[in-house]
Amino acid sequence: MAKITFITPDNESVTLEATSGSVMELAVQNGVKGIDGDCGGVCSCATCHVHVAEKDFPLVGEPSEIEADMLELEDEVSEFSRLCCQIKVSDAIDGITLKVVEE
Amino acid sequence: MNKSALPDPFKEARIEKGFGQMNDQNDPVKILLRLKDVRKSAKNWKTFQSGGDEVGRIVVPSEVHIRETRQIPFEVDPPQHASYRNIVEPWFKRPLEATYQEKLKAIVATVIDEALAKETVEVVEDFSLVIQSRALTVLLNTPFETSKTWIDWGTHVFRSEDTALDGDKATILYDYIDKEIDRAIQNPTDDLYSKLLASEIEGRKLTKEEVKGVMILTFAGGRDTVINTITNAIAYFAEHPESLARIKNEPEILNQAIEELIRYFAPLTHMGRVVTTDTEVCEHATKAQSRISLCWASANRDEKTFEKPNEVVIDRKINPHVSFGFGTHNCLGATHARTLLKVIITTLVSKVSSIEILEHTDNIEDLDQFKRKVGFHKLKVKFNA
Repeated sequence: MAKITFITPDNESVTLEATSGSVMELAVQNGVKGIDGDCGGVCSCATCHVHVAEKDFPLVGEPSEIEADMLELEDEVSEFSRLCCQIKVSDAIDGITLKVVEE
Repeated sequence: MNKSALPDPFKEARIEKGFGQMNDQNDPVKILLRLKDVRKSAKNWKTFQSGGDEVGRIVVPSEVHIRETRQIPFEVDPPQHASYRNIVEPWFKRPLEATYQEKLKAIVATVIDEALAKETVEVVEDFSLVIQSRALTVLLNTPFETSKTWIDWGTHVFRSEDTALDGDKATILYDYIDKEIDRAIQNPTDDLYSKLLASEIEGRKLTKEEVKGVMILTFAGGRDTVINTITNAIAYFAEHPESLARIKNEPEILNQAIEELIRYFAPLTHMGRVVTTDTEVCEHATKAQSRISLCWASANRDEKTFEKPNEVVIDRKINPHVSFGFGTHNCLGATHARTLLKVIITTLVSKVSSIEILEHTDNIEDLDQFKRKVGFHKLKVKFNA
């Protein structure tokens, strides 16, 4: 079980729990504003961009090369950017906070 | 076993130079072939514009001589683009709603049941066009009967058998849309025409010309593309029954299968942009006012990103394809297209055991330097329950 907190573009905080799937799926299933997940999680659409809280970034880790290529072209990219369809839910990321990036 | 294959004609040019050339009605196009260049240029709307003065020029073949109405939001650049896109975006997300999906399921089930009852089916005219047109009534929220007119138009609104551009056929569509807009002004309903006529931008109502621009985009953008996607999917599953069986046994791969088929099919080969300032693409000088195009079909086969790019890997997990474009002008109809393909595949899985290809005629696009198979002119098959 992992608890994940999303901070939406209008500064609302939503904490959700899950045991499996991707972080994007969790957000979409619960209607987290700003996470669309149009491509269903294959790293094609960049509609699930988040900034991981700095202290949590080591838990989530660096993006793959393909994901980094996508992020590089995003306007709001930062060193803590991830596409959350590529973050698997697991105990290892329990307690992380993600700031949803508005398109 | 290779009738369903869509070969990659761009490989050599993509690896060696990164671009190709096409002389379209004496308005040449430099075709960008690499995924990274395509994505980067798609994001750079200031240098590679969609909303220039010459309406229709970003389409290849150019529609400058057959169209005066600006397609909206497609031929508008930021910042105005967002004002238009925000009006239409919620409407084009309706395919995520359960009631919308139920309507598509009923439409697709009827067509597949009829196909199963027949000895042979010509897929392009009698299956794909029918599903595409009936599904469009759900997107526009118009009466089911309106699809009959669209089916009667045949497979190409702009294109006839022997010429790529057909002004007479385009006029049929534009006249039809004019009449429907007048009808919606007289008797508003809850369809897209009425919704657009009631919409406001920057404190004023949309004009008839703007409504027409959205409607032309909706009709034109979602016709050949959707028809080719459905037809190619039928050909693929005919030759790959193991994929149909696998999706049945592992429904969790359905989304990956949809995205992979969309990558492989790349139903829109490329889309143009007008260069606004002297620049370089692939280390090659490119002049202001010239045209480039972003070749989604080539980018989707870029060996630098995709392993086994010319194979359909039905459960491909990382799939950064650009079949719906990329950036500001990404496909407005993508949610409808994805949902429709999902409904078609799940219905095939539940009702169809095998499909046999009996006859086929390939549809090959001529891009001068490249000849690309984009689908079929004719595909005769037998569906088995």
